[in-house]
Amino acid sequence: MYRGKNITKIRELLDKKVITKEEVFEKATSLAHYFQDEYNSFVTILDKVKIKDSDSLLSGIPYALKDNFSTRGILTTASSNILKDYVPVYDATVYKKLKKAGATLVGKTVLDELAMGGTGTTAHTGVVRNPWDKERMIGGSSAGSAACVALGIVPFAIGSDTGDSVRKPAGFGGIVGFKPTYGRISRYGLFAFASSLDHVAICSRNVRDAALVTDILKGQDPLDMVTLKSENVKYVDTLNDDIKGKKLFYIKEVCGKDFYKDTNDLVLKKVITTFHDMLDKCRDKGFIIEEVSIDMDLLTALYPAYMCISCAEATSNNANLTGIQFGPRGVGNTIEEIIFNARTEGFSELIKRRFVLGSYILQKENQEKLYLNACRVRRLIVDKITELFEEYDGMIAPCSGGVAPTFDSRSEKLSARYLILENHMVMGNFGGFPSITIPYTMIDKLPVGLNITGRVKDDALILNIAQKIEELTGLKDIYAKVGEIDV
Amino acid sequence: MYKVVIGLEVHCELKTKSKNFSSAPNTFSTFPNSNVAAVDLGLPGILPVVNKEACRKALLTAMALNCQNPDEVIFDRKNYFYPDLPKGYQITQVTKPMGVNGYLDVLVGDKIKRVKIHQLHLEEDTASLEHHPKYSLIDYNRSGIPLIEIVTEPCIESGEEAVAFLEDLRDVFLFLGVSEAKSNYGQMRCDVNISLMEEGSTKLGTKVEMKNINAFNNVKVAIEYEIKRQSALLDKGEKIIQETRRIAEDGKTYSMREKVDAIDYKYFIEPNIPSTPLRHEYLEELRSSLPELKLDRYLKYINKYNIGKSDAKVLAKVRSISDYFEEVLSYGSDVSLAVNFVTTSILSTLNKLEISVDELFISPKMLSEVIEYVYQGKISLDHGKKILYKAIEEKIDPIELIKKENLKQINDEDELLELIKKVMDDNLEQVRQYIEEDNKHVINFFIGQTMKVSNRQANPNKSLELIKCELERRKTDGK
Repeated sequence: MYRGKNITKIRELLDKKVITKEEVFEKATSLAHYFQDEYNSFVTILDKVKIKDSDSLLSGIPYALKDNFSTRGILTTASSNILKDYVPVYDATVYKKLKKAGATLVGKTVLDELAMGGTGTTAHTGVVRNPWDKERMIGGSSAGSAACVALGIVPFAIGSDTGDSVRKPAGFGGIVGFKPTYGRISRYGLFAFASSLDHVAICSRNVRDAALVTDILKGQDPLDMVTLKSENVKYVDTLNDDIKGKKLFYIKEVCGKDFYKDTNDLVLKKVITTFHDMLDKCRDKGFIIEEVSIDMDLLTALYPAYMCISCAEATSNNANLTGIQFGPRGVGNTIEEIIFNARTEGFSELIKRRFVLGSYILQKENQEKLYLNACRVRRLIVDKITELFEEYDGMIAPCSGGVAPTFDSRSEKLSARYLILENHMVMGNFGGFPSITIPYTMIDKLPVGLNITGRVKDDALILNIAQKIEELTGLKDIYAKVGEIDV
Repeated sequence: MYKVVIGLEVHCELKTKSKNFSSAPNTFSTFPNSNVAAVDLGLPGILPVVNKEACRKALLTAMALNCQNPDEVIFDRKNYFYPDLPKGYQITQVTKPMGVNGYLDVLVGDKIKRVKIHQLHLEEDTASLEHHPKYSLIDYNRSGIPLIEIVTEPCIESGEEAVAFLEDLRDVFLFLGVSEAKSNYGQMRCDVNISLMEEGSTKLGTKVEMKNINAFNNVKVAIEYEIKRQSALLDKGEKIIQETRRIAEDGKTYSMREKVDAIDYKYFIEPNIPSTPLRHEYLEELRSSLPELKLDRYLKYINKYNIGKSDAKVLAKVRSISDYFEEVLSYGSDVSLAVNFVTTSILSTLNKLEISVDELFISPKMLSEVIEYVYQGKISLDHGKKILYKAIEEKIDPIELIKKENLKQINDEDELLELIKKVMDDNLEQVRQYIEEDNKHVINFFIGQTMKVSNRQANPNKSLELIKCELERRKTDGK
């Protein structure tokens, strides 16, 4: 009755008094507990909730929050040992807004440690499993948020997206992942990974729900200086606008048909073919879709530039984790020893590697060559895409060259082509463009997503386009129907 | 002999309602950790929000120091680990400071010394640490307080110049109202870089740094000690070690740490603060609000108003007093009388009552009216001052007092002469001394008596003339 229902359906049940808010919350938490051992979506599952009276559409709707949003009085670990006992003293703006709307927090979700990583395997509480196939990753870093939505536990969850941290796991989880324009949603209270790339993003099971939630979360926040001026529109109102003549492009070097004709990777081949089939369906619907070519060097530089910038900012952003003000205190006789030991024990090897990289990149003698050049690459790419957006309304591509990877897949696919196809969504973070992932096909019973990215501030149009394409996929409101539980 | 080369880095906390990047109050509190927001603790997820007023005050100070302002306001992160820095980085300005390439002209003795300003930037203060034998405590009250740092070029040549600069710089802060600049509260602190070079050489010597000196006098003591210490080493042919030293209570400096390599602060532009372009109109508006500063006022007083140097110094020192004085002049008051009244009656009253000139009952307008009475000879200077004190004490308009107590001066010559004749008739011995012994001192005696008898209402100048005439007449008559 509850599981797998979207926001509109649950709203109906609540409004018709078929079920109470408390019962909805209870059902959601029982699902959360039921799937916890197997899939590990949550760091914390709440056992009680104070529901604020509100006439918002989200009133009484259960949701989950990535465990890197500050929630007063509720453990917030960022899935790292260095914050394993950290209980914040203030609320993130996003959490505040959801609380005010009356949405009910079911739990705090597992992420890759400190949101750094794309596998969902590096949390201090263990790996997150893909609801469509337990032997596979869901991807990350918003692994738990994607998994709990894909399991039908909650209709939506909040994540953060620095490279593709919501849109990638959304793709592997068969759900919608939407990252609005940079500054549309306040980051206040989101534990910073790379401030210039960090976005609050939404996991849901259909485009309309993503728009609904964004409508609640968006708006200028005096506590986040980079937030955009509030606009007096609701994205949910323009979802059904006519898209006839809207122009999309795809990048040949990312997903051109000819570009992959010699590949031996059968899944990749299938991804490309089904993607182009979908484009044809879109054309039939009235979209104009064209292929453009971008300098391969620029695209090859995407991932290294992303690593340089994100690691550099991350080193600085996480310098507060010393065990001095909060977190486990290191042992030692000098302050250097105390900080050194707290950080040595508190971070996993992967994180330390990124910090060392970031530190190296920012060093005086390397900064020009590494950090500033990366910033230049970022600007060149953003300029190029922005230029294309003068003619086109959006960019479209598959989220990945395959289905969700298995845990034992050690294949370090480091070819330039692979790096581009697996990391192109970072363009959305470089430019702060609104960007959405929706499932468009199933390959071997596993969902595959496509991504649409648009002009800065054109969030409404991107949601509108995504909703129109969603109608063609037949994959709206899907979730992994696993488990023997009926609530 | 060596040439002394000194550069100063001055930190000054700005006076604002809230902190530089948070809404916590910016007030001095002796209760630890009472003025603290999440932002000041560097908790995960916090974001800085720039204090506009702090930016305005920093820009204004940069203008007063004749600096060039940037085209936009941006901030940088300075990354380093220290327990007094909760975020692990300090938000400061490296790429585009609020001001560069400025100067401040300073009066050293009788000469004007131009101290070049390398840059002025806005940043946040750190928390303060209290060290105990087995542990240390952190007080975050200071964490995030807006701080400007002013870096001079290495162009200061003595302890005297350094202190003169610091005092004048503090007066700039006070004139602009950007800071209370109380060094005993640590609101103004100074780092001194000092090196010696061979006379005639162009190569700078090895630099020694002395950090966080609060009292200006200690700056002088430290510099003078360092000159002696470094000279002695160089005389012996020894090398100066590049290091950080601290001044102790005995007036000597001691090594804190050697600077092996300068720390790499891995600066980069703060991504959470969008750049704010500085519009030309905004800067011009700010510039037009700049008050005339101490040195300019001093020079105006001695050159334009012919005021003596020591009085000019006193009048220009404190902005509120200088403003008061100038307002008195603006009503057309006589300059020397205005100087006299302000430097004596007004200042002594302020000292006695321990109030500021803004709290004084006597407005510049009132004072100018009293001065006008004196100037026109309607009352004596002495009387004017007495009335002023009475007016302050009783909080009554001094002009009302003059009228009310009928303290109008006797100017009528016949009336005065009658008085004087009576006084002389009552003091024939003194008249005799004048006539027979040619004793001119008795003139003062008669003035005193005339004033006394007239209830101090006699016009002193007229009385003097009349006394002289009457004495001469009696001398001639007596012969």
